[in-house]
Amino acid sequence: MQAIARRAVGEAIGAGPAVAMLGVGVSFGAGVARRPILADISLSVGKGEFVSVVGASGSGKTTMLRLLAGLLRPTPGEVLDHGQPVTGPSRDRAIIFQDYSKALLPWRTVSGNVALSLEARRIPAREHAAIIAALLAKMGLDQAANQYPGQLSGGMQQRVQIARALAQNPRILLMDEPFGALDAMTRQALQDEILALTAEQRITVVFITHDLDEAIYLGDRVVALGGAPARILETVDINLPRPRDQLATREDPRFLGHRHRLFGLLRKG
Amino acid sequence: MRRFLLGSIVPAGFAAIWEVAARSGALTFDSLSRPSAILSAGFQGLCDGSILIATGQTFETALLGLAIAAVAGIAAGAVLGLSPLLERIVEPTIESLRPIPAIAFMPLALMLFGFGIAMEATIVAYACVWPILIVTVLAVRGIEPRLVEVADILELPFAERLGKIIVPAAFARINVGLRIAVGISLVVAVTVEIVLNPRGLGYSLVLAQQSMRVDVMYAQLLWLCLIGYVLNALLRHLEGPLLMARRRQ
Repeated sequence: MQAIARRAVGEAIGAGPAVAMLGVGVSFGAGVARRPILADISLSVGKGEFVSVVGASGSGKTTMLRLLAGLLRPTPGEVLDHGQPVTGPSRDRAIIFQDYSKALLPWRTVSGNVALSLEARRIPAREHAAIIAALLAKMGLDQAANQYPGQLSGGMQQRVQIARALAQNPRILLMDEPFGALDAMTRQALQDEILALTAEQRITVVFITHDLDEAIYLGDRVVALGGAPARILETVDINLPRPRDQLATREDPRFLGHRHRLFGLLRKG
Repeated sequence: MRRFLLGSIVPAGFAAIWEVAARSGALTFDSLSRPSAILSAGFQGLCDGSILIATGQTFETALLGLAIAAVAGIAAGAVLGLSPLLERIVEPTIESLRPIPAIAFMPLALMLFGFGIAMEATIVAYACVWPILIVTVLAVRGIEPRLVEVADILELPFAERLGKIIVPAAFARINVGLRIAVGISLVVAVTVEIVLNPRGLGYSLVLAQQSMRVDVMYAQLLWLCLIGYVLNALLRHLEGPLLMARRRQ
């Protein structure tokens, strides 16, 4: 129910989707080496909606996320952020990279890494401590505030990256297989935290994963990518109640139904 | 400690033989003093402050030149490292300026600045800027692209991108260039003082030689050795913790 509620709330706030991709394609290389990666992608994500994107590895999922972030320009097509064409990266669209160890500044402490976002937003230095403390508490990092990323476990490092992204105060959160390198227990804990945080702040999320279960568990919708160049094979509405529960949700017959449907799609694609 | 003892066998043995040879009359050249006289001359120079004042003058100039070279070299290196196009444009100019020995600019610097700290520091800066510049270009090229994307996403303005991401990320490698430059700065400063500029350790060396105070001259040479050794140890020591933070990664 909350899934529908999330979308309804989002759509009621303002007209139009948070993110839209209109006939987007991307090719790498030039001349004879030109290789199309994505073709004809059209997708619209409502405000506050959580959309998962699945596909086999190498299917162009990350490319799609980089388009949304503005790190890559589409040819042809257009990406819109709340109706405005995306022409480059923006603080409004935070991105969580899979390789957290490379995305954190190793010479800054956990607090320092989070502070980077606040500095970028020109928030006065005297306000930093309180904001950082609140974010770190929320992400379970309060004990690690003065440690360096290299001293932390993978799960903790990814929490730091999430805290830094939230400190950006983004409208849209783009996540690129953020939990792929983590152990199962840590992954489940972070899945639930991300759901709670983004619901609380009504952040629109596009979440890339190769894990079908994760995609269904988290998403209001799951977009399946496949083919070469990759296209949207199908978009599946996930009509599972929220808040999601690691046991009950995954045992729900509808969960298994979605799983079967998507598994079949991706195997063909 | 053991290493230190092993390492001092050669200089100590050499000094002992030298002392014995000088005292026994086997060595009678005017240009050779003996270790005991050199040590006492050095001790006297330290006590009356003359060596320390000269050292201060040389360091002051070397560090000033080094600082100018570091600021200019790191800033220009970062810009060139970020813009391959710009690098291709200025590379021929850099490559034609770089091989000119800094010492060759002494007459020009003298005309521009006259005797004193400005002339000497300019020549030091010229000599030091190249290794820093070249190492910085390479260091910036080798930065983890993710970090640059983080800067992109946060829309950091150029100056902050440089100060908060690029320079710290490239620091470990830039530091290598800085260490090379520290050595160069002292060599060039002392050389300029010997040849031209009436101040600092180089000039004291010349004075000692001209007044036939061979013991003083050797004492100052020994002092230069010591400075070089301590400076290098200090730089390595400073580098340690900075590199540690990165290695933990």
